[in-house]
Amino acid sequence: MQKKYLIGKKAVVLLLIPALILISIFLIFPAIWVLKLGMTNETLTGIKAREPDFVGFENFLRIFSDRFFYNALRISLLFVFGSAIVGQAGLGMILALLTYRKSRRLRTTVQSIVILAWIIPEVVVAYLWIAFLDKDFGTLNVTLSWFGFEKVNWFYNHPILTIVLFNTWRGTAYSMLLFSAALETIPPSYLETADIIGTSAWRKFKDIVLPNIKSYIFTDLILITLWTFNVFTPYLLTGGGPAFKTELLPIYIYRNAFRYFKIGYGSAISTVVLLINLLLAIFYITLSRRKRT
Amino acid sequence: MKDPKRLSKIISYIILAPILAFFVAPILWLLVTPFSLRPSLFISISKPTLNNFIRVFQNKTAINAFKNSVIISVGVVLLVTICALFAAYVLSRHYFKGRDILLYILVLFSSIVTGVAAMVPIFMLNLRLGLIDKELGVILTIAGGMLPTSIFILKDFFDSIPRSFEEAALVDGSSPLQIMFKIFLPLSSKGIIVIAMLVFAQSWSNFLIPFILLRTHTKYPVSIAIYTFFTEVGVPDIGMISAYALLYTAPVIVMYFLVERKFGFSFYGGIKG
Repeated sequence: MQKKYLIGKKAVVLLLIPALILISIFLIFPAIWVLKLGMTNETLTGIKAREPDFVGFENFLRIFSDRFFYNALRISLLFVFGSAIVGQAGLGMILALLTYRKSRRLRTTVQSIVILAWIIPEVVVAYLWIAFLDKDFGTLNVTLSWFGFEKVNWFYNHPILTIVLFNTWRGTAYSMLLFSAALETIPPSYLETADIIGTSAWRKFKDIVLPNIKSYIFTDLILITLWTFNVFTPYLLTGGGPAFKTELLPIYIYRNAFRYFKIGYGSAISTVVLLINLLLAIFYITLSRRKRT
Repeated sequence: MKDPKRLSKIISYIILAPILAFFVAPILWLLVTPFSLRPSLFISISKPTLNNFIRVFQNKTAINAFKNSVIISVGVVLLVTICALFAAYVLSRHYFKGRDILLYILVLFSSIVTGVAAMVPIFMLNLRLGLIDKELGVILTIAGGMLPTSIFILKDFFDSIPRSFEEAALVDGSSPLQIMFKIFLPLSSKGIIVIAMLVFAQSWSNFLIPFILLRTHTKYPVSIAIYTFFTEVGVPDIGMISAYALLYTAPVIVMYFLVERKFGFSFYGGIKG
Protein backbone atom coordinates (compact mmCIF):
# COMPACT_ATOMS: atom_id res chain seq x y z
CA MET A 1 0.00 0.00 0.00
CA GLN A 2 2.80 2.31 -0.85
CA LYS A 3 0.46 4.62 -2.70
CA LYS A 4 -1.77 5.33 0.27
CA TYR A 5 0.51 7.56 2.26
CA LEU A 6 -0.16 10.79 0.45
CA ILE A 7 -3.64 11.86 1.35
CA GLY A 8 -6.16 10.73 3.89
CA LYS A 9 -9.63 9.43 3.11
CA LYS A 10 -11.28 12.69 4.09
CA ALA A 11 -9.08 14.69 1.75
CA VAL A 12 -9.79 12.27 -1.09
CA VAL A 13 -13.51 12.77 -0.70
CA LEU A 14 -13.21 16.53 -0.34
CA LEU A 15 -11.06 16.92 -3.43
CA LEU A 16 -13.15 14.62 -5.60
CA ILE A 17 -16.55 15.91 -4.57
CA PRO A 18 -16.80 19.21 -6.50
CA ALA A 19 -16.03 17.51 -9.82
CA LEU A 20 -18.21 14.48 -9.08
CA ILE A 21 -21.21 16.60 -8.08
CA LEU A 22 -21.01 18.69 -11.25
CA ILE A 23 -20.56 15.63 -13.45
CA SER A 24 -23.34 13.64 -11.79
CA ILE A 25 -25.89 16.43 -11.96
CA PHE A 26 -25.15 17.91 -15.36
CA LEU A 27 -23.82 14.94 -17.32
CA ILE A 28 -24.90 11.60 -15.85
CA PHE A 29 -28.29 12.50 -14.40
CA PRO A 30 -29.76 13.92 -17.65
CA ALA A 31 -28.80 10.74 -19.52
CA ILE A 32 -30.72 8.57 -17.04
CA TRP A 33 -33.59 10.95 -16.39
CA VAL A 34 -34.34 11.10 -20.12
CA LEU A 35 -35.77 7.56 -19.89
CA LYS A 36 -38.32 8.64 -17.32
CA LEU A 37 -39.16 11.86 -19.20
CA GLY A 38 -39.71 9.74 -22.31
CA MET A 39 -42.38 7.78 -20.47
CA THR A 40 -44.51 10.84 -19.75
CA ASN A 41 -46.65 13.08 -21.91
CA GLU A 42 -45.00 16.18 -20.46
CA THR A 43 -45.32 19.39 -22.48
CA LEU A 44 -43.99 22.89 -21.89
CA THR A 45 -47.37 24.60 -22.08
CA GLY A 46 -50.93 23.65 -21.16
CA ILE A 47 -52.22 21.29 -18.50
CA LYS A 48 -49.69 18.52 -19.13
CA ALA A 49 -46.89 20.92 -18.20
CA ARG A 50 -48.08 20.89 -14.59
CA GLU A 51 -49.19 17.33 -14.17
CA PRO A 52 -47.78 15.06 -16.81
CA ASP A 53 -49.17 11.51 -16.93
CA PHE A 54 -47.10 8.38 -16.94
CA VAL A 55 -47.68 6.75 -20.31
CA GLY A 56 -45.19 3.89 -20.21
CA PHE A 57 -43.71 2.93 -23.53
CA GLU A 58 -46.34 4.75 -25.61
CA ASN A 59 -43.86 7.35 -26.92
CA PHE A 60 -41.32 4.68 -27.78
CA LEU A 61 -43.92 2.65 -29.68
CA ARG A 62 -45.04 5.78 -31.51
CA ILE A 63 -41.51 6.32 -32.80
CA PHE A 64 -41.77 3.14 -34.84
CA SER A 65 -44.75 4.41 -36.82
CA ASP A 66 -43.57 8.02 -37.12
CA ARG A 67 -42.62 8.75 -40.70
CA PHE A 68 -40.78 11.94 -39.67
CA PHE A 69 -38.60 9.84 -37.40
CA TYR A 70 -37.73 7.49 -40.25
CA ASN A 71 -37.06 10.51 -42.45
CA ALA A 72 -34.68 11.96 -39.83
CA LEU A 73 -33.00 8.59 -39.27
CA ARG A 74 -32.48 8.11 -43.01
CA ILE A 75 -30.99 11.59 -43.41
CA SER A 76 -28.75 11.09 -40.37
CA LEU A 77 -27.44 7.81 -41.80
CA LEU A 78 -26.82 9.43 -45.20
CA PHE A 79 -25.13 12.33 -43.45
CA VAL A 80 -22.84 10.08 -41.40
CA PHE A 81 -22.01 7.88 -44.37
CA GLY A 82 -21.47 10.75 -46.80
CA SER A 83 -19.74 13.33 -44.65
CA ALA A 84 -17.89 11.22 -42.06
CA ILE A 85 -17.01 7.90 -43.64
CA VAL A 86 -16.62 8.92 -47.29
CA GLY A 87 -15.94 12.64 -46.85
CA GLN A 88 -13.83 13.16 -43.74
CA ALA A 89 -12.06 9.80 -43.58
CA GLY A 90 -11.58 9.64 -47.36
CA LEU A 91 -10.34 13.19 -47.77
CA GLY A 92 -8.35 12.92 -44.54
CA MET A 93 -6.58 9.87 -45.91
CA ILE A 94 -5.89 11.54 -49.26
CA LEU A 95 -4.42 14.60 -47.51
CA ALA A 96 -2.34 12.48 -45.13
CA LEU A 97 -0.93 10.45 -48.04
CA LEU A 98 -0.23 13.50 -50.19
CA THR A 99 1.76 15.18 -47.43
CA TYR A 100 3.50 11.98 -46.28
CA ARG A 101 7.27 11.99 -46.86
CA LYS A 102 7.04 15.56 -48.17
CA SER A 103 8.64 18.74 -46.84
CA ARG A 104 7.68 19.89 -43.36
CA ARG A 105 6.59 23.26 -44.72
CA LEU A 106 4.10 21.74 -47.13
CA ARG A 107 2.62 19.55 -44.42
CA THR A 108 2.31 22.37 -41.88
CA THR A 109 0.64 24.64 -44.43
CA VAL A 110 -1.89 22.03 -45.54
CA GLN A 111 -2.65 20.96 -41.99
CA SER A 112 -3.04 24.51 -40.71
CA ILE A 113 -5.59 25.38 -43.40
CA VAL A 114 -7.66 22.24 -42.79
CA ILE A 115 -7.47 22.72 -39.01
CA LEU A 116 -8.80 26.28 -39.36
CA ALA A 117 -12.04 24.91 -40.80
CA TRP A 118 -12.27 22.66 -37.78
CA ILE A 119 -11.78 25.20 -34.98
CA ILE A 120 -13.74 28.23 -36.19
CA PRO A 121 -16.88 28.56 -33.99
CA GLU A 122 -19.86 26.77 -35.50
CA VAL A 123 -22.08 29.82 -35.89
CA VAL A 124 -19.35 31.58 -37.90
CA VAL A 125 -18.79 28.49 -40.02
CA ALA A 126 -22.51 28.37 -40.80
CA TYR A 127 -22.50 32.01 -41.87
CA LEU A 128 -19.39 31.48 -44.03
CA TRP A 129 -21.14 28.65 -45.87
CA ILE A 130 -24.35 30.58 -46.36
CA ALA A 131 -22.22 33.24 -48.05
CA PHE A 132 -20.10 30.67 -49.92
CA LEU A 133 -23.14 28.88 -51.40
CA ASP A 134 -25.36 31.89 -52.09
CA LYS A 135 -27.12 31.33 -55.40
CA ASP A 136 -26.41 34.70 -57.02
CA PHE A 137 -23.36 36.17 -55.32
CA GLY A 138 -21.70 33.28 -53.48
CA THR A 139 -18.06 32.50 -54.23
CA LEU A 140 -18.77 28.94 -55.38
CA ASN A 141 -21.40 29.85 -57.99
CA VAL A 142 -19.50 32.88 -59.24
CA THR A 143 -16.38 30.74 -59.68
CA LEU A 144 -18.36 28.00 -61.44
CA SER A 145 -19.90 30.54 -63.78
CA TRP A 146 -16.40 31.59 -64.93
CA PHE A 147 -16.01 28.07 -66.26
CA GLY A 148 -19.36 28.25 -68.02
CA PHE A 149 -21.48 26.36 -65.48
CA GLU A 150 -25.01 27.37 -64.64
CA LYS A 151 -25.64 28.84 -61.21
CA VAL A 152 -26.94 26.23 -58.78
CA ASN A 153 -29.38 26.78 -55.93
CA TRP A 154 -27.49 24.49 -53.57
CA PHE A 155 -29.75 24.68 -50.52
CA TYR A 156 -32.92 24.13 -52.54
CA ASN A 157 -31.91 21.62 -55.19
CA HIS A 158 -29.19 19.60 -53.43
CA PRO A 159 -29.95 19.92 -49.71
CA ILE A 160 -28.32 16.68 -48.53
CA LEU A 161 -25.26 17.10 -50.74
CA THR A 162 -24.90 20.62 -49.31
CA ILE A 163 -24.78 19.54 -45.66
CA VAL A 164 -22.55 16.57 -46.55
CA LEU A 165 -20.05 18.86 -48.33
CA PHE A 166 -20.26 21.32 -45.48
CA ASN A 167 -19.57 18.74 -42.80
CA THR A 168 -16.73 17.18 -44.80
CA TRP A 169 -15.11 20.60 -44.95
CA ARG A 170 -15.77 21.14 -41.27
CA GLY A 171 -14.43 17.88 -39.84
CA THR A 172 -11.72 16.47 -42.11
CA ALA A 173 -8.95 17.80 -39.84
CA TYR A 174 -9.33 15.11 -37.19
CA SER A 175 -8.99 12.18 -39.60
CA MET A 176 -6.15 13.90 -41.44
CA LEU A 177 -4.16 14.45 -38.21
CA LEU A 178 -4.82 10.92 -36.98
CA PHE A 179 -3.83 9.31 -40.30
CA SER A 180 -0.74 11.52 -40.59
CA ALA A 181 0.34 10.36 -37.14
CA ALA A 182 -0.45 6.75 -38.08
CA LEU A 183 1.67 6.91 -41.23
CA GLU A 184 4.65 8.01 -39.13
CA THR A 185 4.50 4.68 -37.28
CA ILE A 186 5.30 2.68 -40.44
CA PRO A 187 9.00 1.76 -40.48
CA PRO A 188 10.53 3.81 -43.35
CA SER A 189 12.51 0.80 -44.56
CA TYR A 190 9.31 -0.92 -45.74
CA LEU A 191 8.53 1.83 -48.22
CA GLU A 192 12.15 2.40 -49.17
CA THR A 193 12.46 -1.25 -50.15
CA ALA A 194 9.27 -0.97 -52.16
CA ASP A 195 10.69 2.14 -53.87
CA ILE A 196 13.78 0.26 -54.96
CA ILE A 197 11.80 -2.62 -56.44
CA GLY A 198 9.63 -0.02 -58.18
CA THR A 199 6.30 -1.01 -56.65
CA SER A 200 3.28 0.97 -57.91
CA ALA A 201 1.70 3.55 -55.63
CA TRP A 202 -1.52 1.56 -55.35
CA ARG A 203 0.30 -1.65 -54.35
CA LYS A 204 2.31 0.28 -51.77
CA PHE A 205 -0.90 1.63 -50.30
CA LYS A 206 -2.73 -1.71 -50.35
CA ASP A 207 0.09 -3.99 -49.20
CA ILE A 208 2.18 -1.81 -46.88
CA VAL A 209 0.28 1.27 -45.68
CA LEU A 210 -3.20 -0.18 -45.17
CA PRO A 211 -2.27 -3.27 -43.10
CA ASN A 212 -0.01 -1.17 -40.89
CA ILE A 213 -2.54 1.50 -39.96
CA LYS A 214 -5.70 -0.62 -39.90
CA SER A 215 -6.38 -0.13 -36.19
CA TYR A 216 -6.07 3.66 -36.52
CA ILE A 217 -8.63 3.60 -39.32
CA PHE A 218 -11.12 1.68 -37.17
CA THR A 219 -10.64 4.09 -34.27
CA ASP A 220 -11.13 7.04 -36.58
CA LEU A 221 -14.28 5.64 -38.19
CA ILE A 222 -16.01 4.92 -34.88
CA LEU A 223 -15.13 8.30 -33.39
CA ILE A 224 -16.17 10.40 -36.37
CA THR A 225 -19.37 8.36 -36.73
CA LEU A 226 -20.21 9.13 -33.10
CA TRP A 227 -19.39 12.83 -33.45
CA THR A 228 -21.12 13.30 -36.81
CA PHE A 229 -24.23 11.62 -35.48
CA ASN A 230 -24.28 14.32 -32.76
CA VAL A 231 -23.77 17.38 -34.93
CA PHE A 232 -26.28 20.25 -34.74
CA THR A 233 -24.55 22.80 -36.99
CA PRO A 234 -26.58 22.00 -40.15
CA TYR A 235 -29.56 23.50 -38.33
CA LEU A 236 -27.79 26.88 -38.49
CA LEU A 237 -27.37 26.47 -42.24
CA THR A 238 -30.74 25.11 -43.31
CA GLY A 239 -33.03 25.00 -40.27
CA GLY A 240 -33.76 21.40 -41.31
CA GLY A 241 -35.38 22.44 -44.59
CA PRO A 242 -36.39 22.72 -47.31
CA ALA A 243 -39.40 20.53 -46.51
CA PHE A 244 -37.52 18.52 -43.81
CA LYS A 245 -34.94 17.36 -46.37
CA THR A 246 -32.00 18.14 -44.06
CA GLU A 247 -33.75 17.30 -40.81
CA LEU A 248 -31.16 15.19 -38.97
CA LEU A 249 -32.21 13.33 -35.80
CA PRO A 250 -30.87 16.09 -33.48
CA ILE A 251 -32.86 18.69 -35.44
CA TYR A 252 -35.97 16.51 -35.20
CA ILE A 253 -35.49 16.31 -31.42
CA TYR A 254 -35.15 20.10 -31.33
CA ARG A 255 -38.34 20.56 -33.39
CA ASN A 256 -40.40 18.30 -31.14
CA ALA A 257 -39.15 19.64 -27.83
CA PHE A 258 -38.66 23.33 -28.55
CA ARG A 259 -41.02 24.11 -31.42
CA TYR A 260 -43.95 21.84 -30.51
CA PHE A 261 -43.04 21.71 -26.80
CA LYS A 262 -43.50 17.93 -26.74
CA ILE A 263 -40.99 17.16 -24.00
CA GLY A 264 -42.11 13.55 -23.53
CA TYR A 265 -41.85 12.59 -27.18
CA GLY A 266 -38.63 14.58 -27.66
CA SER A 267 -37.11 12.70 -24.72
CA ALA A 268 -38.08 9.37 -26.24
CA ILE A 269 -36.19 10.24 -29.45
CA SER A 270 -33.29 11.54 -27.34
CA THR A 271 -33.16 8.15 -25.64
CA VAL A 272 -32.82 6.43 -29.01
CA VAL A 273 -29.93 8.72 -29.97
CA LEU A 274 -28.23 8.17 -26.59
CA LEU A 275 -28.55 4.39 -27.01
CA ILE A 276 -26.93 4.55 -30.45
CA ASN A 277 -24.15 6.67 -28.87
CA LEU A 278 -23.78 4.05 -26.14
CA LEU A 279 -23.29 1.24 -28.65
CA LEU A 280 -20.67 3.24 -30.56
CA ALA A 281 -18.87 4.26 -27.35
CA ILE A 282 -18.70 0.71 -25.96
CA PHE A 283 -17.38 -0.46 -29.31
CA TYR A 284 -14.74 2.27 -29.22
CA ILE A 285 -13.64 1.72 -25.60
CA THR A 286 -13.38 -2.06 -26.06
CA LEU A 287 -11.33 -1.60 -29.21
CA SER A 288 -8.92 0.93 -27.70
CA ARG A 289 -8.39 -1.24 -24.60
CA ARG A 290 -7.58 -4.25 -26.73
CA LYS A 291 -5.09 -2.15 -28.68
CA ARG A 292 -3.29 -1.11 -25.52
CA THR A 293 -2.78 -4.61 -24.15
CA MET B 1 15.41 7.62 -60.02
CA LYS B 2 14.85 11.36 -60.01
CA ASP B 3 12.24 11.67 -62.71
CA PRO B 4 9.52 9.43 -61.26
CA LYS B 5 9.97 11.22 -57.93
CA ARG B 6 9.50 14.62 -59.52
CA LEU B 7 6.50 13.31 -61.43
CA SER B 8 4.85 12.03 -58.26
CA LYS B 9 5.50 15.41 -56.67
CA ILE B 10 3.80 17.24 -59.54
CA ILE B 11 0.85 14.84 -59.45
CA SER B 12 0.38 15.34 -55.73
CA TYR B 13 0.40 19.13 -56.17
CA ILE B 14 -2.21 18.83 -58.92
CA ILE B 15 -4.49 16.85 -56.61
CA LEU B 16 -3.76 19.07 -53.59
CA ALA B 17 -4.52 22.40 -55.29
CA PRO B 18 -8.32 22.03 -55.74
CA ILE B 19 -8.71 20.43 -52.29
CA LEU B 20 -6.91 23.34 -50.66
CA ALA B 21 -8.92 25.83 -52.69
CA PHE B 22 -12.09 24.18 -51.35
CA PHE B 23 -10.83 24.56 -47.78
CA VAL B 24 -9.49 28.08 -48.20
CA ALA B 25 -12.38 29.78 -50.03
CA PRO B 26 -14.87 30.18 -47.14
CA ILE B 27 -12.07 31.19 -44.74
CA LEU B 28 -10.61 33.70 -47.19
CA TRP B 29 -14.01 35.37 -47.34
CA LEU B 30 -13.94 35.79 -43.55
CA LEU B 31 -10.49 37.39 -43.74
CA VAL B 32 -11.23 39.77 -46.62
CA THR B 33 -14.84 40.90 -46.26
CA PRO B 34 -14.56 42.72 -42.89
CA PHE B 35 -12.02 45.10 -44.46
CA SER B 36 -14.00 45.69 -47.61
CA LEU B 37 -15.54 49.07 -48.43
CA ARG B 38 -18.38 47.44 -50.35
CA PRO B 39 -18.76 44.02 -48.70
CA SER B 40 -20.60 41.34 -50.66
CA LEU B 41 -21.05 37.58 -50.51
CA PHE B 42 -18.25 37.13 -53.04
CA ILE B 43 -14.57 37.34 -52.07
CA SER B 44 -13.74 40.76 -53.45
CA ILE B 45 -10.85 42.97 -52.55
CA SER B 46 -11.52 46.67 -52.72
CA LYS B 47 -9.96 49.62 -50.93
CA PRO B 48 -9.38 48.48 -47.34
CA THR B 49 -11.35 50.13 -44.57
CA LEU B 50 -11.92 49.74 -40.84
CA ASN B 51 -15.43 51.09 -41.15
CA ASN B 52 -17.10 47.73 -40.49
CA PHE B 53 -15.22 47.29 -37.23
CA ILE B 54 -16.20 50.77 -36.11
CA ARG B 55 -19.84 49.84 -36.72
CA VAL B 56 -19.39 46.74 -34.53
CA PHE B 57 -18.12 48.88 -31.66
CA GLN B 58 -21.07 51.24 -32.07
CA ASN B 59 -23.55 48.35 -31.90
CA LYS B 60 -24.74 47.98 -28.31
CA THR B 61 -26.09 44.43 -28.80
CA ALA B 62 -22.78 43.29 -30.24
CA ILE B 63 -20.68 44.73 -27.43
CA ASN B 64 -23.01 43.48 -24.74
CA ALA B 65 -22.87 39.96 -26.21
CA PHE B 66 -19.07 40.09 -26.05
CA LYS B 67 -19.32 40.87 -22.36
CA ASN B 68 -21.70 37.92 -21.85
CA SER B 69 -19.40 35.55 -23.73
CA VAL B 70 -16.48 36.59 -21.53
CA ILE B 71 -18.55 36.01 -18.36
CA ILE B 72 -19.66 32.54 -19.50
CA SER B 73 -16.25 31.41 -20.76
CA VAL B 74 -14.27 32.70 -17.80
CA GLY B 75 -16.80 31.11 -15.46
CA VAL B 76 -16.50 27.74 -17.16
CA VAL B 77 -12.70 27.94 -17.27
CA LEU B 78 -12.40 28.70 -13.54
CA LEU B 79 -14.89 26.04 -12.53
CA VAL B 80 -13.49 23.31 -14.77
CA THR B 81 -9.83 24.03 -14.08
CA ILE B 82 -10.20 24.08 -10.29
CA CYS B 83 -12.47 21.02 -10.06
CA ALA B 84 -10.37 19.07 -12.57
CA LEU B 85 -7.15 19.97 -10.75
CA PHE B 86 -8.39 18.52 -7.42
CA ALA B 87 -9.95 15.45 -8.99
CA ALA B 88 -6.99 14.68 -11.25
CA TYR B 89 -4.59 14.97 -8.31
CA VAL B 90 -6.53 12.40 -6.31
CA LEU B 91 -7.09 10.06 -9.26
CA SER B 92 -3.42 10.19 -10.21
CA ARG B 93 -1.92 9.72 -6.73
CA HIS B 94 -4.41 7.81 -4.69
CA TYR B 95 -5.70 4.32 -5.26
CA PHE B 96 -9.09 3.62 -3.72
CA LYS B 97 -11.66 0.90 -4.19
CA GLY B 98 -13.80 1.58 -7.23
CA ARG B 99 -11.37 3.99 -8.85
CA ASP B 100 -11.15 2.04 -12.09
CA ILE B 101 -14.93 1.72 -12.30
CA LEU B 102 -15.24 5.46 -11.69
CA LEU B 103 -12.78 6.16 -14.50
CA TYR B 104 -14.67 3.81 -16.82
CA ILE B 105 -17.99 5.50 -16.04
CA LEU B 106 -16.44 8.91 -16.70
CA VAL B 107 -15.05 7.85 -20.08
CA LEU B 108 -18.31 6.21 -21.08
CA PHE B 109 -20.67 9.02 -20.09
CA SER B 110 -18.47 11.80 -21.40
CA SER B 111 -18.49 10.23 -24.85
CA ILE B 112 -22.21 9.35 -24.90
CA VAL B 113 -23.83 12.41 -23.40
CA THR B 114 -23.38 15.22 -25.87
CA GLY B 115 -25.28 18.45 -25.49
CA VAL B 116 -27.03 17.56 -28.74
CA ALA B 117 -28.26 14.10 -27.73
CA ALA B 118 -29.28 15.24 -24.26
CA MET B 119 -30.68 18.68 -25.07
CA VAL B 120 -34.17 17.83 -23.78
CA PRO B 121 -33.22 16.50 -20.31
CA ILE B 122 -30.58 19.25 -19.99
CA PHE B 123 -33.25 21.87 -20.64
CA MET B 124 -35.70 20.21 -18.20
CA LEU B 125 -33.02 19.93 -15.52
CA ASN B 126 -32.24 23.63 -15.76
CA LEU B 127 -35.98 24.39 -15.74
CA ARG B 128 -36.50 22.41 -12.52
CA LEU B 129 -33.44 24.02 -10.91
CA GLY B 130 -34.69 27.49 -11.80
CA LEU B 131 -31.66 28.09 -14.02
CA ILE B 132 -33.42 28.88 -17.30
CA ASP B 133 -32.41 32.28 -18.69
CA LYS B 134 -29.53 32.50 -16.22
CA GLU B 135 -25.86 32.57 -17.19
CA LEU B 136 -25.13 30.27 -14.23
CA GLY B 137 -27.17 27.49 -15.88
CA VAL B 138 -25.14 27.79 -19.07
CA ILE B 139 -21.87 27.80 -17.12
CA LEU B 140 -22.74 24.74 -14.98
CA THR B 141 -24.06 22.75 -17.95
CA ILE B 142 -21.02 23.39 -20.17
CA ALA B 143 -18.65 22.79 -17.22
CA GLY B 144 -20.25 19.43 -16.37
CA GLY B 145 -19.86 18.31 -19.95
CA MET B 146 -16.20 19.28 -20.22
CA LEU B 147 -14.96 18.12 -16.83
CA PRO B 148 -14.26 14.42 -17.57
CA THR B 149 -11.99 15.11 -20.56
CA SER B 150 -10.21 17.87 -18.64
CA ILE B 151 -9.65 15.51 -15.71
CA PHE B 152 -8.16 12.87 -18.03
CA ILE B 153 -5.77 15.31 -19.68
CA LEU B 154 -4.60 16.70 -16.33
CA LYS B 155 -4.30 13.21 -14.85
CA ASP B 156 -1.96 12.31 -17.72
CA PHE B 157 0.22 15.32 -16.84
CA PHE B 158 0.23 14.38 -13.14
CA ASP B 159 1.02 10.73 -13.90
CA SER B 160 4.24 11.85 -15.58
CA ILE B 161 5.56 13.61 -12.46
CA PRO B 162 8.02 11.27 -10.68
CA ARG B 163 7.00 10.06 -7.24
CA SER B 164 10.43 10.81 -5.80
CA PHE B 165 9.60 14.54 -5.90
CA GLU B 166 6.75 14.29 -3.47
CA GLU B 167 8.55 11.72 -1.34
CA ALA B 168 11.32 14.24 -0.81
CA ALA B 169 8.82 16.90 0.17
CA LEU B 170 7.09 14.47 2.50
CA VAL B 171 10.38 13.85 4.28
CA ASP B 172 10.69 17.62 4.67
CA GLY B 173 7.37 17.56 6.47
CA SER B 174 5.12 19.13 3.85
CA SER B 175 1.39 18.37 4.05
CA PRO B 176 -0.40 16.81 1.04
CA LEU B 177 -2.00 20.14 0.13
CA GLN B 178 1.36 21.87 0.29
CA ILE B 179 2.73 19.17 -1.98
CA MET B 180 -0.04 19.81 -4.44
CA PHE B 181 0.49 23.56 -4.57
CA LYS B 182 4.28 23.56 -4.33
CA ILE B 183 5.13 20.60 -6.54
CA PHE B 184 2.20 19.64 -8.74
CA LEU B 185 1.01 23.08 -9.76
CA PRO B 186 4.36 24.41 -10.99
CA LEU B 187 5.33 21.11 -12.65
CA SER B 188 2.05 20.76 -14.48
CA SER B 189 1.51 24.43 -15.32
CA LYS B 190 1.76 23.41 -18.96
CA GLY B 191 -1.18 21.04 -18.56
CA ILE B 192 -3.22 23.63 -16.71
CA ILE B 193 -2.68 26.22 -19.43
CA VAL B 194 -3.63 23.68 -22.10
CA ILE B 195 -6.85 22.81 -20.24
CA ALA B 196 -7.73 26.44 -19.58
CA MET B 197 -7.26 27.45 -23.22
CA LEU B 198 -9.12 24.49 -24.70
CA VAL B 199 -12.00 24.91 -22.27
CA PHE B 200 -12.12 28.63 -23.01
CA ALA B 201 -12.20 28.05 -26.78
CA GLN B 202 -14.93 25.42 -26.46
CA SER B 203 -17.23 27.40 -24.19
CA TRP B 204 -16.61 30.58 -26.19
CA SER B 205 -17.73 28.73 -29.34
CA ASN B 206 -20.67 26.86 -27.83
CA PHE B 207 -23.95 27.59 -29.56
CA LEU B 208 -26.53 25.00 -28.55
CA ILE B 209 -26.46 25.28 -24.75
CA PRO B 210 -27.05 29.07 -24.55
CA PHE B 211 -29.45 28.71 -27.50
CA ILE B 212 -31.79 26.43 -25.55
CA LEU B 213 -31.24 27.84 -22.04
CA LEU B 214 -31.29 31.63 -22.54
CA ARG B 215 -34.38 33.68 -23.44
CA THR B 216 -33.54 37.36 -22.91
CA HIS B 217 -31.68 39.17 -25.71
CA THR B 218 -29.47 41.11 -23.31
CA LYS B 219 -28.07 37.81 -21.95
CA TYR B 220 -27.09 36.33 -25.31
CA PRO B 221 -23.43 35.48 -25.89
CA VAL B 222 -21.79 36.30 -29.24
CA SER B 223 -22.68 32.94 -30.82
CA ILE B 224 -26.41 33.62 -30.44
CA ALA B 225 -26.05 37.31 -31.32
CA ILE B 226 -24.39 36.47 -34.66
CA TYR B 227 -27.11 33.91 -35.38
CA THR B 228 -29.86 36.47 -34.74
CA PHE B 229 -28.01 39.02 -36.88
CA PHE B 230 -27.89 36.84 -39.97
CA THR B 231 -31.34 35.27 -39.59
CA GLU B 232 -33.01 38.64 -38.93
CA VAL B 233 -35.72 39.79 -41.29
CA GLY B 234 -34.54 42.41 -43.76
CA VAL B 235 -31.18 42.86 -45.46
CA PRO B 236 -28.36 41.63 -43.19
CA ASP B 237 -25.44 44.02 -42.77
CA ILE B 238 -22.76 41.82 -44.34
CA GLY B 239 -19.85 44.15 -43.48
CA MET B 240 -20.77 44.48 -39.84
CA ILE B 241 -21.57 40.77 -39.33
CA SER B 242 -18.35 39.61 -40.96
CA ALA B 243 -16.24 42.04 -38.92
CA TYR B 244 -18.02 40.87 -35.78
CA ALA B 245 -17.51 37.21 -36.74
CA LEU B 246 -13.78 37.81 -37.30
CA LEU B 247 -13.38 39.51 -33.90
CA TYR B 248 -15.23 36.60 -32.33
CA THR B 249 -13.16 33.94 -34.12
CA ALA B 250 -9.72 35.49 -33.57
CA PRO B 251 -9.21 34.47 -29.90
CA VAL B 252 -10.14 30.84 -30.66
CA ILE B 253 -7.61 30.61 -33.48
CA VAL B 254 -4.88 32.33 -31.47
CA MET B 255 -5.43 29.99 -28.52
CA TYR B 256 -5.49 26.86 -30.62
CA PHE B 257 -2.23 27.62 -32.38
CA LEU B 258 -0.59 28.77 -29.14
CA VAL B 259 -1.45 25.45 -27.53
CA GLU B 260 -0.32 23.56 -30.60
CA ARG B 261 2.96 25.39 -31.23
CA LYS B 262 4.03 25.86 -27.64
CA PHE B 263 2.89 22.58 -26.20
CA GLY B 264 2.53 20.32 -29.20
CA PHE B 265 -0.94 19.46 -28.07
CA SER B 266 -3.26 19.17 -31.01
CA PHE B 267 -5.93 16.68 -30.01
CA TYR B 268 -8.68 19.17 -29.66
CA GLY B 269 -11.38 16.81 -30.89
CA GLY B 270 -11.50 14.76 -27.72
CA ILE B 271 -12.61 17.70 -25.67
CA LYS B 272 -15.51 18.70 -27.91
CA GLY B 273 -18.68 19.06 -25.89
